[in-house]
Amino acid sequence: MSLSFGEGVRVRSEAMLILYPNPMRIYILLLALLAGSWCAHSQHTISGKVAAPNNIPLDGAHIHIGLLHGSSAPDGSYEVHNVASGEQHMYISYIGYKTMDTLVNMQGDVRLDIVLSPETMQLEEVVLAETKVSKNTVHEQRLTTETIEKYSNASLGDALKEVAGVYSLRTGSTLVKPVINGLHSSRVPVISNNVRLEDQQWGTEHAPNLDINSAGRVSVIKGASALQYGGDAIGGLVLVEPVSVLQDTLFGKTILTTDSNGRGGSLSSSIHKGNYSGWAWNAGGTFKYMGDREAPDYVLSNTGNREANFAGDVKYLGNDYDASVSYSFYNATIGIAKATHIGNVADLVRAINNGQPDVAAPFTYTIGAPRQEVQHHLAKANFNKQLSDDASLSLQYAFQLNNRKEFDMRRGDYANVPALDLVLATHSLNADWKKVTNGTEYKTGISTSAQFNNASPDTGVRPLIPTYDKYDAGVYGIVSHSFSNSLSAEAGLRYDFSHISAMKYYQKTRWNSLGYNGVYDHFIIKDTVSQWLTNPRFTYHNVSASLGIRKKLSLKYDLLANAGLAMRNPNPSELFSDGLHHSNGTIELGNLGIEKEKALKLSATLLKRESNFRMEATPYLNAIRDFIYLSPTGVEYTIRGTFPVFNYRQDNVLMAGLDLHTDWDITGHFRHSFNFAYVHADNTTRKEPLIDMPPLNISNTLRYSLDWHSLFLELRSEAVFTQTRYPDNNFYADVPVNGELVPTYVDISTPPPGYHLLHFTSGMQFALGKTLASLGFSVNNIFNTAYRDYLNRQRFYTDDIGRNFQLQLKFNY
Amino acid sequence: MKNLKTLTLVLITMITFSSCSDDDSNGPVNEEEVITTVSATFTPQGGGTPVVLISRDLDGDGPDAPVVSVSGPFTAGTIYEGAIHFLNQLASPAEDITTEIQQEGDEHQVFFQHSGIGTIAYLDEDMNGNPLGLSVLYTATTTPGAGSMTITLRHEPNKTAEGVANGNIANAGGSTDAQVNFSVVVE
Repeated sequence: MSLSFGEGVRVRSEAMLILYPNPMRIYILLLALLAGSWCAHSQHTISGKVAAPNNIPLDGAHIHIGLLHGSSAPDGSYEVHNVASGEQHMYISYIGYKTMDTLVNMQGDVRLDIVLSPETMQLEEVVLAETKVSKNTVHEQRLTTETIEKYSNASLGDALKEVAGVYSLRTGSTLVKPVINGLHSSRVPVISNNVRLEDQQWGTEHAPNLDINSAGRVSVIKGASALQYGGDAIGGLVLVEPVSVLQDTLFGKTILTTDSNGRGGSLSSSIHKGNYSGWAWNAGGTFKYMGDREAPDYVLSNTGNREANFAGDVKYLGNDYDASVSYSFYNATIGIAKATHIGNVADLVRAINNGQPDVAAPFTYTIGAPRQEVQHHLAKANFNKQLSDDASLSLQYAFQLNNRKEFDMRRGDYANVPALDLVLATHSLNADWKKVTNGTEYKTGISTSAQFNNASPDTGVRPLIPTYDKYDAGVYGIVSHSFSNSLSAEAGLRYDFSHISAMKYYQKTRWNSLGYNGVYDHFIIKDTVSQWLTNPRFTYHNVSASLGIRKKLSLKYDLLANAGLAMRNPNPSELFSDGLHHSNGTIELGNLGIEKEKALKLSATLLKRESNFRMEATPYLNAIRDFIYLSPTGVEYTIRGTFPVFNYRQDNVLMAGLDLHTDWDITGHFRHSFNFAYVHADNTTRKEPLIDMPPLNISNTLRYSLDWHSLFLELRSEAVFTQTRYPDNNFYADVPVNGELVPTYVDISTPPPGYHLLHFTSGMQFALGKTLASLGFSVNNIFNTAYRDYLNRQRFYTDDIGRNFQLQLKFNY
Repeated sequence: MKNLKTLTLVLITMITFSSCSDDDSNGPVNEEEVITTVSATFTPQGGGTPVVLISRDLDGDGPDAPVVSVSGPFTAGTIYEGAIHFLNQLASPAEDITTEIQQEGDEHQVFFQHSGIGTIAYLDEDMNGNPLGLSVLYTATTTPGAGSMTITLRHEPNKTAEGVANGNIANAGGSTDAQVNFSVVVE
């Protein structure tokens, strides 16, 4: 049998329901039912499936019955054992869906299938405000709870790679950045708990500074359609939200993960107090401890990492308002493979020709140099007020403090002095207003932020990024309207102001060689013999816009079409970079003349929903004017030897691609999932392929599941093809051979060959007294395949990591 | 309402504490670790005018190339004692990095590659008894001619790899801290 709350309740009345939860409580008495016999047992089992409308299983739904707890498996199934006889209160909750509260009469084993309907209005999370699933013109792709938990000992970037069209840009195996439709870093802002993460995200070796275990929900929006978060998401947005449950409940979970490759593991624990009124809170922490990772043929020396993270929030839900404060702390030490530290081009040539690292020390947990030590604090206060039946206001202040220390291999006393030491403080203030009337929703808001970057001069190395102050202000308006049950549209407009003022020393020789002499003299404020102290100042005015429609073509098909205009200002690295990059042996030079990037993205998504087959197909076209990228311009000679020089330059770019995802329930036990992503990108100014584009990648997953202990066995094939489209940036450099400098060809362009990996994952659930425990076992890279990935910054030096056995134990209580 | 007041108080406290930012203007970075100058002084055994090879790059990783000077030709068949020095002339007074390299001898080695202008042998050792290369013995070839010499300072080389103790850089690994090339003449 199945229970369902009526759909299509008008938004206004639903808002009322949440403010006054009593009417929402629907008590349904289940009479003696089903297969269970009328026996005198005093303890019974309740089982069934939790699903959203259209029979989409809900993974990780929280189930309370009496004093017992449980959660649903990825296929939506759940089982709670040892339920006492008689009438029992049962709550089923899932973020973004209305909580079901029911009475069950337990006179035997009961099977209860539950359909939860989506929350159309949630007061406390502005992020969720437009979750009118069927009317939303922007397609959000969400990670399942199972996926988030699977990557408990990995990173956000690893987990996101399971979304079709999201690739990862890596430095080794621990520093992972999401690449959405070929774009990353400053083009893919990460919104954590409704706050835009400011963590030196411009750097390709700077992974998002957040703990995936603190996420209750992770979703991806491809393109810049969500203007409330900013107008510069040329690639897309990653939204990370904490757990939020509108139900008076207290639950927690602990995940213990151990990995054979790296010989370590992680422990993550969290406890959540949900409520519909009064106090609610979350608290959670994660520890990670990993040693050197191993490639199939050798140890990757100095690739261990450590993390100690905390996230917590306290919220008060009043009658027509709620207020919350939250704080999170991310603290990581990440070793960078020793083999990637090179001194000059001769070292690079040697690394490329040797094909394997010449540093091959035995396994150790010790992390030496090079390494990153990163700390990120995020504190925020949030106040939401229901102004009237149909309008609400949200105010938010957030403070972020990011400290990034990068330690390099240095001589003498400098070994323990970071070569880069940046402190980035960001204050941001947001006000968002929303009004929902018959079929039309208005959203408007302003955001301001002040950011202060301090580059410590105590490093003894001229900083890559200077000390700067940056001020931003933005205002947006979004209107969405439902013309009928099958057609809705959304239009948005945003204006952003930005001003940056930096303090930077330029070597006079560099200043002249960049052609700044006579052009930027007005920035010079002091002469220090060999250097100029300059104060570059730039102001930007940007306009971004979005337009989207959603048409229900039939019961099975939905079509979404989006057009987005986005503008992105050059980041500090693109403007000011000035110096040697040790991990790739290049001199990277920013340019004060870099202008903002403008992108027009057109995309369409076709959604197909059948009971046993689901499909999402997203073709897109992204035309970017003045795309900023690093391009080789020559060679410079220093006392260390020769170095290729890369300058930031701007060209027009055209990207076209297709993301495809399908789920097919072959039988009740077998499911097949398929991901396909291809992007074809050209530098149209230079008429050559665009550098660093993800190659064609396809993944196939076959999953076998049983009701018995929610057992599942999953085999995943990951095929990454050879990228055949790349610009030729190869160059000749003088390398000493028998004392003579010989011009040597350096191939830095040719992508590594494609590869195919097989992974295995399995899991099952069982009751341990009153807690629900899950046991997971997985093998990554089953055949211990040696491979290198085009988008791994260490591909010149080492293979990627080899086989890994993982054991994961999870307790829900 | 009391809760609301508490929250407001928390909010105000947070703003107050976080709004004090550091407005200090940083001075220029003192680049103390940079090697600007490599010098090799070859003194003939038994006396005579030394041959001095110097490579100097005063803008470090900046765009200017190093300025290279060779004081004169080597004499065919002569044995020279060579002393290698690494300096940072951006610091004032100039810093001699040679002592630091000596102290961390086990983490460094100087390599000499040349085009057959004689033989070069290590005279010094690090604390583990492996060659260091700040002091060498150069026996000039008896056949006069022009050639070149590359002096390379490697950080964290594998000193036990094959041939490294004899000055063969091929298997040394590590990362290059300095690499300078001189055109020399043996008369």
